[in-house]
Amino acid sequence: MSSSQTEPKGYKSYLEEDGGRKGIFKWILSTDHKRIGLMYLYAMMGWFIIGVVLGLLMKLELIAPGKTLMGAQTYNATFTVHGVIMIFLIVIPGLPAVFGNFMLPIQIGAKDVFFPRLNLFSWYIYVLGGILVIISLFGNGAPDTGWTFYAPYSFKTGTNMLPAALGAFVLGFSSILTGLNFIVTIHRMRAPGMTWFKMPLFPWTLYATGWIQLLATPVVGITLLMVAGERILGIGFFDPAKGGDPLLYQHLFWIYSHPAVYIMILPAMGAISEIIPTFVKKTIFGYKAIVFSTLAIAFVGYFVWGHHMYTSGMSGTALWAFSLLTFIVAIPSAIKVFNWISTMHQGSISTEVPFLWAASFIFVFMIGGLTGLVLGSLATDVHVHDTAFVVAHFHFIVFGGVGFAFFGAMHYWFPKIFGRKYDSGWAKTGWITFFIGFVTLYGPMFYLGIAGMPRRYFDYLDEFHGPNIISTFGALVMIAGFLIILVNLIKSARQGERTTEMNPWGGTNLEWQVPTPPPLENFEEIPVIEKATYKFD
Amino acid sequence: MTDAIAHHDEHRDDEGSKLGIWLFIFTELLFFGGLFITYAVYRHGNKEAFHLAGQELDVTIGTINTVILLISSMTIAMSTTAIQKKDKRATLVLIWITLLLALAFLVNKYFEWSAKIDHGIWPGSPLLEELGRGDTLFFGLYYFMTGLHALHIIIGMVLITVILARVRNNRITHDNFQLLENGGLYWHLVDLIWIFLFPLFYLIA
Repeated sequence: MSSSQTEPKGYKSYLEEDGGRKGIFKWILSTDHKRIGLMYLYAMMGWFIIGVVLGLLMKLELIAPGKTLMGAQTYNATFTVHGVIMIFLIVIPGLPAVFGNFMLPIQIGAKDVFFPRLNLFSWYIYVLGGILVIISLFGNGAPDTGWTFYAPYSFKTGTNMLPAALGAFVLGFSSILTGLNFIVTIHRMRAPGMTWFKMPLFPWTLYATGWIQLLATPVVGITLLMVAGERILGIGFFDPAKGGDPLLYQHLFWIYSHPAVYIMILPAMGAISEIIPTFVKKTIFGYKAIVFSTLAIAFVGYFVWGHHMYTSGMSGTALWAFSLLTFIVAIPSAIKVFNWISTMHQGSISTEVPFLWAASFIFVFMIGGLTGLVLGSLATDVHVHDTAFVVAHFHFIVFGGVGFAFFGAMHYWFPKIFGRKYDSGWAKTGWITFFIGFVTLYGPMFYLGIAGMPRRYFDYLDEFHGPNIISTFGALVMIAGFLIILVNLIKSARQGERTTEMNPWGGTNLEWQVPTPPPLENFEEIPVIEKATYKFD
Repeated sequence: MTDAIAHHDEHRDDEGSKLGIWLFIFTELLFFGGLFITYAVYRHGNKEAFHLAGQELDVTIGTINTVILLISSMTIAMSTTAIQKKDKRATLVLIWITLLLALAFLVNKYFEWSAKIDHGIWPGSPLLEELGRGDTLFFGLYYFMTGLHALHIIIGMVLITVILARVRNNRITHDNFQLLENGGLYWHLVDLIWIFLFPLFYLIA
């Protein structure tokens, strides 16, 4: 805890600065990037609770073979809506929308993002997309296609899938505009002296993510529009009866939706790269390696979509090419893990809450990443394709990766954002409960998948009963952990001990050199950057 | 607050907003890119049918519309030059011409589409079902792609109307014309997409 300064409160923080507006209008009309970041946070928190409840319902259904809570149709709708909410409303906007909005301008020494009004507009589009998803729940029954909207079922099903698909389209638009905004912000608004290689790593990952958002999202946008055209007009793009090709749908869908997992995970890696040096008090090991591996992931990530389709029917040449590329894209992720571990080596580690999240991130990310290789190699994938193994892998990466990084970032930047301290005892209790629950929930699913239990069924054979009980038990433990974390954070944000300490953790980036909580335009005077970041005295 | 707003204006960054519109154009290109891939795949699978269906389209109207869009691209580019030469009148006239040409494009499109529909060709029509898969896909793509393009024309017209109003009330001037230039760039994109749609549907028959 070096260099902890206390700023006298001779300024107005962004939370007090209301722009002359009252009540909710202080928020929904504000173009302040910090308020917009929090607006995303609150919206996502609401969605996340719904998504968790849906996930819990599925685990309760799977506690015993046969129908326990719901039948096939309800189960199908539950996993579809769970997927749509978790993917399109939470992990894709995820860290960029919340912490990117809040921290990016501060970390590069800017007063706001380049297009503040477009930023607010993106939030409104996000809300509109959410409303469309809600609409899909009413009418002819909730969509039951799975979050992938695979053709031809997506235009044959009688359920209300169209609003959900259009919701995903609209949310993509929000994502594109956020990415565009961040790229221009990073290009044009870095503080004087902040060269590309003096820029902190979280902005770097947002930059790479921005490019994926820009260049991949439109492809799924047009694909979902084509499905809409199919449903409304009966055009026949993906309908084999009319000459269309359902496989083409899968290609177009995954051309976006595989890079989308890098939209999710890259900013998470960025946040981890911020947290680790701060809590081991050492310069990040291999700064440039992390930068270039980030760019490499963004680039190679475009060319691996075919690994979602090994069993769909592709030429043998395409299969091994996609498999090779999938192995190649694993390398830059592994480089990052080596960098984080090497940063910790011989550092003076303080096991504060954000560090615990970061360390457990590495643990679950490794498991998720290595099991990804099992799915990336052709022979093993044929065996575990469409089994619980895939679900376990996916949740280790996307929930374990993005979720743990999100909670880590939340606990890391919490004092800066709210100007209050949280109870670190409860935070640690929440973390360990969540972590144990998480591993207990998803761990058995690897075994179930290898043993042959298919995913997306409400029922299973008796021989899978044992591990499913463990898994459901893990879900309950994890949710208990989540509730502890949630209650602790909400309570602390409202009534926690106030703090104006600028740099509670002893971090090196610019966000720790502005007052807590930051004033409206962050900096009274734009700082001039002289030394590289992550330098500890 | 007023201080803050004044500060924002001071920091006007035309290069940055131009970068923004270019990035948006990339997005649009990939958006249509998905459709061009679909076109390529289905043309490859239905060579004969696409060949014959293409001959059904009216090359004359297509050519007229191509010329209309090319001229409109020129007029909006000329308006950007005119505003820099402080010639507000010429700027306004050129923007008006652009708008009218865009409208003419849509009118042509309307007649072209209604003629097709009169012949019983629309997505999901019984005639198309009779004609077979290749024709269904060709005309499905035709309506979808030209329809989406027409939607972009309409969005462009809204944008250009906003620009027109701003030139009139002097919010776009010779030293602050980035919005006009950005609108022009967007309009060129709409033009460019048509330049690809025209040969794909009308010419390579």
